[in-house]
Amino acid sequence: MSDSHAMEASLATEHEHHDRPELRHHFADVQQQRNAASLGMWWFLGTEIMFFGGMFCAYLIYRRWYFPEFAVASRSLDLVVGTLNTAVLICSSLTVAMAVRAAQMGKRKLQVQLLLATIFFGLVFLGVKGYEWKNKYEEHHIPTFRYNAADLMAKPGDRQLLGLSGIKDPNQLGKAEADVQRRTQIFFSLYFAMTGMHAIHMVIGVGLFAVITWMAHKGRFTPEYHTPLEVAGLYWHFVDIVWIYLFPLLYLIDRRPGA
Amino acid sequence: MATPAVRIERKNYLNAEYGIRSWLFTTDHKRIALLYLVSITAMFFIGGFFALMIRLELLTPAGDLLLADTYNKMFSMHGQVMVFFFLIPSIPAVLGNFLIPMMIGAKDLAFPRINLISWYLYIAGAALYLYAIVTGGVDTGWTFYVPFSSLFSNSHVVEAGLAIFIAGFSSILTGLNFVVTVHKMRAPGMTWSRLPLFVWSHYATSIIMLLGTPVIAITLVLVVLERTLNLGIFDPNRGGDPVLFQHLFWFYSHPAVYIMILPSMAVVSEIIPCFSRKRIFGYNFVAMSSIAIAVIGFLVWAHHMFVAGISLYAALAFSFLTFLVAVPSAIKVFNWTATMYRGSIQFSTPMVYAIGFIGLFTIGGLTGVFLATLGLDVHVHDTYFVIAHFHYVMVGGAVLGFLGGMHFWWPKITGRMYPEMWGRLAAVIVFIGFNLTFFPQFILGYLGMPRRYWDYSRMPEWQALNVLSTAGATILAVGYLLPMVYLAWSLRYGPIAGDNPWQATGLEWRTPSPPPTFNFDETPVVTWEAYEYETMPLAEEVKK
Repeated sequence: MSDSHAMEASLATEHEHHDRPELRHHFADVQQQRNAASLGMWWFLGTEIMFFGGMFCAYLIYRRWYFPEFAVASRSLDLVVGTLNTAVLICSSLTVAMAVRAAQMGKRKLQVQLLLATIFFGLVFLGVKGYEWKNKYEEHHIPTFRYNAADLMAKPGDRQLLGLSGIKDPNQLGKAEADVQRRTQIFFSLYFAMTGMHAIHMVIGVGLFAVITWMAHKGRFTPEYHTPLEVAGLYWHFVDIVWIYLFPLLYLIDRRPGA
Repeated sequence: MATPAVRIERKNYLNAEYGIRSWLFTTDHKRIALLYLVSITAMFFIGGFFALMIRLELLTPAGDLLLADTYNKMFSMHGQVMVFFFLIPSIPAVLGNFLIPMMIGAKDLAFPRINLISWYLYIAGAALYLYAIVTGGVDTGWTFYVPFSSLFSNSHVVEAGLAIFIAGFSSILTGLNFVVTVHKMRAPGMTWSRLPLFVWSHYATSIIMLLGTPVIAITLVLVVLERTLNLGIFDPNRGGDPVLFQHLFWFYSHPAVYIMILPSMAVVSEIIPCFSRKRIFGYNFVAMSSIAIAVIGFLVWAHHMFVAGISLYAALAFSFLTFLVAVPSAIKVFNWTATMYRGSIQFSTPMVYAIGFIGLFTIGGLTGVFLATLGLDVHVHDTYFVIAHFHYVMVGGAVLGFLGGMHFWWPKITGRMYPEMWGRLAAVIVFIGFNLTFFPQFILGYLGMPRRYWDYSRMPEWQALNVLSTAGATILAVGYLLPMVYLAWSLRYGPIAGDNPWQATGLEWRTPSPPPTFNFDETPVVTWEAYEYETMPLAEEVKK
């Protein structure tokens, strides 16, 4: 008896849902579904903070221990390219925000264009990052892989910061230079781990936005319903913000003029 | 003899669809819970096999059964399988998955597809770990300490590390699902102060899963990168700090202990009021102590490193904070005891497990306070005292809670009753076998027997206690196998359970057993507090 009731009830709810194809069966209404998706993404970003947090923690400790080594290694990174790449990433976040706005106003074509621009900026960022890594490879700055820190100890300013300029005894100098050779690898280990992990997140983001763009192209987002776009946007902004922290921490250690 | 009427089974989550695809592609939280149950049970017996090999080797003082290297792999893989592939998913992914939506009156978890993905991630992680086992195993200890794991070990550290990394994401997604579900999916009238304590405890567990697991994920990635790409973040040759690895490892792995024990406390908080026929004593205190354990639990990790060269002042602070985390645990134990006080106690199987839990968890917890004491820790660090302590928490606590919960909700999950006498017998066997296995280890540890040793022939006087321990492990194995047999038997031959065989108060008992796919025929409206046992009649099943 109650079976038939249940059946009728479930049929009724299914019927109700026909006019809202995006509403999943277990939610009472679209609002609840949207709130759940948004809260889920915020919590996920919380886990991401902890994920990157492990590396930031290691970075802070070693930067305090080996500040001179970190400073000279940081100066070997390409400041111009890094700054341009930061600007590219900020632009990509802008286009995401504008795409969400376009969805809210129901402008489908603009939405797709902005999302394609986001993907473009994301790919440019990854390409530039790859170029920077290639340079590091050519400079022998990849840890243990024919690693050579000699160029980090070339400039007088850097030698002074590293405390090498005052050492007269060649034996002691050799030891001190070997220390620099070893410890700068900690910086580059962190550099590759952190930018690499960030790049993996960028790749995932580009893939995610390919799907979102396709959904937008199919007209799946309306002013009332564009949760996937909004939630994917949160993820994109987060990955962007991670870079906003990575850039000064990795590129801007002790960059005084003349240093 | 009257012919029994043909029973027309109503539609439920088990008979709604048939076939392997209906299971592998299900998004029903109840079916996913059963997928998890089968998988973690398999991993439990694999981990149990390693434990058996350890106990057999230690039966005699000489290292005569296994090679030293093999023994290293046995205890390493025992720990990793049991912690990452059994204990952490055990109660949350099985009982939590099954029950949380029902307890709050929801049709499903907030993200059913993510729930299925999390099971597939678990399976991927477990498969990769099994690959690491069959291709030669891991010998780093369950803790992956560097520089051994990163520079020296010749075993399958990369595969095992990545397996645990993947399984970690399964755990993160489960926690994410629970938190969002509890926030957003509660039925009308199901306020936070009306939530069953099972839900509160799982909420606290989920927060630890969400904030802790990512840290071990990145830590293991860094170890894998050190082994594969020769990065040097923890490499002492290049100025890296192995103690930093220990900090990062324990930042997750100590709270992970609370991922294992909080869900067990969740189960016990449901069982005790039901079989005492009383409202839980101090609802708010039990609920808030779960949150307190989750919060303080994040601030105690360095008590694993008192002899690793951390500063004395750091050690003092972590010692103090570790004492502090005992307070909310004690609050729970006192409240359960006060709930039983002057209740009409029925010693049904779940209750036997719950009472066993209280006793064993108390011993496990109090010996934890011993270990938090700086001076004493130096004496018993890395001895069998530590092994005994955490097995009292993880087996005596977490596993007993799991078994108690499985019996308590078995009628709801399967619609069948298990044989009560066999259930009680198995519970008593587990209790006796467990104590016989692990109590002697407290003494061995105090006498100085180090953990992870394979040969103690210089100290033959330790053999008697080791023989007791191995004998206990055999009894414990019987206690684990028995429920496997009679629970399987009950699937076909067990008496039909009613909707509410225990006359319990939770929402999950106000829907048929087994429940329909969407849990409730209509969304319940809650107008009552949790645990209103005063007005509940005594159950027929319980009266027997």
